[in-house]
Amino acid sequence: MEAVIHIALLALLAITAAAIIRLRSLFAAVMLAGIYSLLAAALLVALDAVDVALMEAAVGAGISTVLMLGTLSLVGRKEKRPVRQPILPLFVVLVTGGVLVYGTLDVPRFGDPGNPVHQHVAPRYLEESIDEIGIPNVVTSVLASYRAYDTLGETAVIFTAAVGVLLLLTSGPPLSRRGSEARPAATAARGAAPLDDRVILRVGAKMVIPFILMFGLYVQFHGDYGPGGGFQAAVIFATAFILYVLVFGLEDAQRVLPPRVGYVCAALGVLIFAGVGIVTVAEGANFLEYGPLLGDPKGAQVAGIMLVEFGVLVTVFGVMVTIFYVFAGRRRLRP
Amino acid sequence: MTILGNYFYWVVIFLMMLGFYTLIARANLVKKLIGLSIFQGSVFLLYIGMGKILGGTAPILVAGTGVRYSNPIPHALILTAIVVSVAVTAVGLALTIRIKEAFGTVEEDEIHEHDEAF
Repeated sequence: MEAVIHIALLALLAITAAAIIRLRSLFAAVMLAGIYSLLAAALLVALDAVDVALMEAAVGAGISTVLMLGTLSLVGRKEKRPVRQPILPLFVVLVTGGVLVYGTLDVPRFGDPGNPVHQHVAPRYLEESIDEIGIPNVVTSVLASYRAYDTLGETAVIFTAAVGVLLLLTSGPPLSRRGSEARPAATAARGAAPLDDRVILRVGAKMVIPFILMFGLYVQFHGDYGPGGGFQAAVIFATAFILYVLVFGLEDAQRVLPPRVGYVCAALGVLIFAGVGIVTVAEGANFLEYGPLLGDPKGAQVAGIMLVEFGVLVTVFGVMVTIFYVFAGRRRLRP
Repeated sequence: MTILGNYFYWVVIFLMMLGFYTLIARANLVKKLIGLSIFQGSVFLLYIGMGKILGGTAPILVAGTGVRYSNPIPHALILTAIVVSVAVTAVGLALTIRIKEAFGTVEEDEIHEHDEAF
């Protein structure tokens, strides 16, 4: 039964991906890519990766799609016809694919509990994390406690991406800046409320946004017991603000949440995360070893995970909002 | 049966090659980034698929013994990888916008022509 679901979803994924490649309209390709992410999220649920599925649905179908559409509005939505036949790329791809398929002939069988990947450290996490960490979601235990050092690195990478996007897109050519100053009234009128006449969208968004924020809080604080955690919650929070920008315009949104808040959040979260590590070192333990945070070791683990997940939430939220603001603001800067 | 048991990996390889092909054969930079995200997505599926145990359940512990859980480690790895992938996409798109502003096009061969004209 499981295999049937896998095969059906894999077939849908393959068809969608092939359609994305064939399409010349970039707009249609981006929308299909969103559907592709949603299908991938469904497949991830079927593969028991519920935390990852939540992430893929929020990021792939939500934020990536919005960023891609924002880019298309600046660079055009048609792909030109190729001038030459792609014979060499086709050859490279076929050879690589052939080699990889040959490699799978030796790979341990899919879904077999006896596979080597399930023999090393995974059984220990599954059997002892409830006694050592005390929370049921093993993914959260691994992410925020056993491998917290990795997660700190990933959080820093995301922070770096925000810095990169800011450097690339806020230091524009001087021409575009002059353009925006020359026509402040026109851009303000255009940018203020792009969907003023869409009553259903405006009312609908107003009703949905509080629930999105509430769901984000649930995902954040229930992440120890069910699927969820800082990464997913942050993206869900950011989605609420992105929806606000899309419906009510950038100016209104920046009055609610000024860009500066995004910058501060992006840096603050990494600081909280690394700060927890430094406190543990000062207490005489290893970096990010939560034991000394509280008297009771299990309570200390839970407290440490909560603090670290909060750091992740703050950074990822700040980064997503910052990146989106920069992309949305770029259009207004252009002459 | 052992050969058919690897259908999952084959579809993942097919997706991976579709993404790879788009990345190297298409000239449009936005299309390349879409190809890159298909490529990334297939790697995520490969990792998660390796952690799957048929008949298992999500690694959220429940009371009682005899429950078989899928491997949580790939989940923790890929969770962060997805956030990094959206960060990569964002930086790539930002570069694309700057290229469009500098060269007036996002087609690779036209960018090369402009570059050689300088």
